[in-house]
This record gives sequence, C-alpha cells and structure tokens, in this order.
Amino acid sequence: MKLSPLLALVALLALAFTLATGLASRADRWSRRDQSGNLFGMLFGDGRKLFANQFFTMADVYFHSGYYPSVFDQKSAAEKEIISASHGKKETEDDEKNEDFLGKPKDWIDAFGRHFRITQHTHLENHTEREILPWLRLAADLDPQKIETFTVGAFFLREHLNRPDQAEAFLREGLRNNPANCEILFELGRIYHESNHDRARARNVWELGVKKFLALTPEQMKDDKLIFEELVVNLAHLEEEAGNYGPAINWLHAAQTVSPNPAGLQTQIDDLQKKLTAQVPVVPAKLY
Amino acid sequence: MNKIFALAGVVIKELYRRKDFYVLFVLTALLTLAAAAMNFFHDDKIVRYVKDICLLLIWVSALLVAIVTTARQIPAEREARTIFPLLAKPVSRGQVIAGKFLGCWLATGVALFVFYFFFAIITGSREQIWPLMVYLQALWMQWAMLAVVIAMVLLGSIYFAAPSSTITICFIVVAGILGLGTHLHTVALQQPEPMQTVLTLVYYLMPHLEWYDLRDFVVYDMGLVSWPAFVLATLYAAVWTGIFLLLAWFGFRRKNLTT
Repeated sequence: MKLSPLLALVALLALAFTLATGLASRADRWSRRDQSGNLFGMLFGDGRKLFANQFFTMADVYFHSGYYPSVFDQKSAAEKEIISASHGKKETEDDEKNEDFLGKPKDWIDAFGRHFRITQHTHLENHTEREILPWLRLAADLDPQKIETFTVGAFFLREHLNRPDQAEAFLREGLRNNPANCEILFELGRIYHESNHDRARARNVWELGVKKFLALTPEQMKDDKLIFEELVVNLAHLEEEAGNYGPAINWLHAAQTVSPNPAGLQTQIDDLQKKLTAQVPVVPAKLY
Repeated sequence: MNKIFALAGVVIKELYRRKDFYVLFVLTALLTLAAAAMNFFHDDKIVRYVKDICLLLIWVSALLVAIVTTARQIPAEREARTIFPLLAKPVSRGQVIAGKFLGCWLATGVALFVFYFFFAIITGSREQIWPLMVYLQALWMQWAMLAVVIAMVLLGSIYFAAPSSTITICFIVVAGILGLGTHLHTVALQQPEPMQTVLTLVYYLMPHLEWYDLRDFVVYDMGLVSWPAFVLATLYAAVWTGIFLLLAWFGFRRKNLTT
C-alpha cells in the first residue's frame, strides 16, 4: 500500500493537535516553572538561587570599583561592605587595612601585572552608586527570599540616590515575597520616617515589625535580635519626637532585653523619665 | 616581504568571505542592545553593566575569531593540497608561517576595530563621554594579546592532528592563563613538592596574557594605564609572538606535508 507523504503529514499534524488538546491541561501540573512569575524562574527553576549570591557579590564588586579579592586572595570572610554600609557602619582605618588584600607584590611578574589591575580601594560616590542596582535587581529576581538584596537596594536608592519612591516599591516587592520579615518592615519604616516624614505610617510599620518578631520561634528570635533592637529603639525615638515620653520609655525597656549595652539605654530612660515628670499635664478647660 | 603581504591578503579575504565574524558581531550587538534596553528602577544613567557585558562578548568573540581562523589555515592548505603550488611559487616555509600569522592578526585587528567602534557608540550615546584614548589602549592591548594567541595556535596547528583539537586545546590554555595566570604563584605556594616547583616554573615560563585584559579600567573609568608599562607589555607580547612563530617555523620546516 502506498501512502501519500502529504496525507501522512496531515495525519501526523492532526494527531499532534489531538494529543496537545488532551495533554495541555495535565502538562500544567507536571511542572510549576511557568507559574514562577519571572523569566529566571521559568528558565532555571529553583537552581536560580545559586546565581543570586553571585549577582549580589557583583553589586559589592561594583561598589568597590573592581578592587575586590578573588577566590585565590587571602581575606577573612567579612560581611559584604554594601550590607555594612546599609546598616550605617562607617569604615574605619582598621577596616581599610583589612581590605588591602593585595599586600606587597610576591614577585616581579605580580609587581608588573599590577599596572594592569585596579589597585586602589575606592567606593562609588556622588550618585554613581546607581551602578550596583542592576545586579541587585537581578539578584532579587533570582532569589526573592534573599532579604539583604531588598534592604541594601532600598538603602542605596533612598540614602544615596534620593529615590524613596523606588526604594519603597522595591521593599514592597520584598515584603510580598517575605510577608513575615521584620527587617524589610524596619527599612520601610525608615523611608516613611526619614524621607517622607510620615510619623504615623512609620509607627504602624515598625509596630507591625515588632509583632512579626514576637511571632518568631526562639531560634529565629536569636538571629533577628539586632533588628528587633533597631525597631524598638527607633520606635522610642519616634515617640520621643512626638512628645509621647511614656511609650518611648516602654520601647527602651523592651530594647534593654536584647541590647548588649543596657546601661546606655538606662541613661536614655532616665532622661525621658525627667522629661515626663517635667511635662505639664494638659487639663481640659471648663466648657461652662 | 611582498610574498608575506600577499599571503596575508588572502587570509584577510577569507575572513570576510566566511560568516563567523558576522554571526559573532550580530550576536554581540543584539545581546548588548538587549542589555542596554533593560530598565532598572527607571534610571537611564546606569551604564557600567552594559560596558561589562559588551566587553565580555567582545573578548569571547575576538578569541573565537582568532583561534578558529588561525587553526584552520595550514591544515586546510594541506587538505586541499594547495600548499604544494604555494611552496612552488617559490615561497619559503618561513614566509608561509609569517604570511599566515600576519593575515590572521590583521584580520582579527579589523574585527576588533569594528567591535570597539560599536562599543564606543553604544556607551558614548548613554554616558555622553568619549574616553577614546582609554578605548584605544584597551584595543591595542587586546590586539597585542591576540598576536601571542594567534602565534600559539599556529604552532599548535602544526603539531596537533586536526583543527578541532588545536582549537580545543588552545581555548583551554588561553582561558586557563586568563583566569589563573595572576594567582598561579599563590596556588603553587599552597601545594606540596614537587607540584609547588612545577607550578612555580609554569608561572614564570608561561606568557602572562592576563595583563592585556584592561576591561576593568574601561568599565570602572580608571583612566589610562601608565605608558612605560604599556610599552613594556607590548614588547613582552612581541617577544612571545616571536618565540611561538620561531617554534612554528622549526616544526613546519621539518613537517612532511604529503602524509
């Protein structure tokens, strides 16, 4: 029996179409990649998280303008500088010395080769910090559960690039992916307090952060102690600014439970106590 | 000298007749333009990642053009048996090596110039600054490094059986030097003997191609490399090119072309 090639092609196409209609609904359940919501999720699945840390490191490399140790250079596993900068840590002379990973040239080849390498330790400044943003964006897309990506990105957008709106949007995205995270809530509160001067929203967000912290397991609480301290100390300062000395004292008492320096906080509590006692109570005027 | 230039002319014509360069250029251009079109936090002044990606693609493409073009030269002449009429011109074997080298080097230079021209246009249109001397220095250094690579591949093409093995081995060697070159001594010091001595010897004896990678200077706006170092590096590349070409000539002189 001779079969026409055209007929065979039509028959195969019909068969493929029939199978596709039958299998399409089932195939959706086989893989969840296309439900991930972004291109990287679709391409790499959960393997994308492996690349996220690399992109986050690239942001730190850019922050140092290429002066960065390779895997072969001896350097202690210190915290990435973009993270410490976002926590408000200023670099000391000792830090500078620690980051001189090159040291003296080992031989003439190394000495001559340094003419063609970046050997100056500099940081991005004067709005050039924007150059780290693409890598943070990619890191966030690859691993939306990596909290530092959102907090560091938001810090640089708000503090160095004067873009609080973008910082807020980035943090909101982080919060959608990590609804229980108090670190993101703390950063969000800083935007409302420091950039937007919206005390009420800052208070709400920080108080929510405290609630989220208190809902953690004791092990998780140990890891997030620092962020809890920052939350309650900032809440105390916010209440002090608003003239609410009583709640401010309460927040400082809460901070004392986790602070490495409770005596320092006690001095602040004493000062607030004096202000509270000196405060003239508001007596409502007689209506008639 | 005329014979060498004539041979080089043939190689250059071969490069622009083949599609390798055009494919690589279009790929580089498309990927760079796609990267440049991405919008991060509504900030259109971000440019360094575009430079980084474009320069990486230029490096990979230039290495591919240089290694693949060079590795085919002498085996193709032998396979097509055009080597015999060529040597009967008369052209000496040394002139064949020199002509093939010059042709591949100049052809790669033309390709490199086109790549860097595209790079300058893309980054200049975003940054509105044109550090042409920095670009020229980076281009020259890359071209000088490619001279060493081309001479090395030419040497490999004489000793290895097929162009595919020459291409693979040369790629591994060049990638190894570029990635590990600076750190090999550090790695050697952490090894037990006799590996320590072997690696230290390799470190001192290999051509340090990693010096010629000025991408960081371009990406991070670090200005120019000092001119004395630049001249010395050029000289170093010329010396290594000479060594490889001489070794290739020694090998080719004794090579039985009929088998």
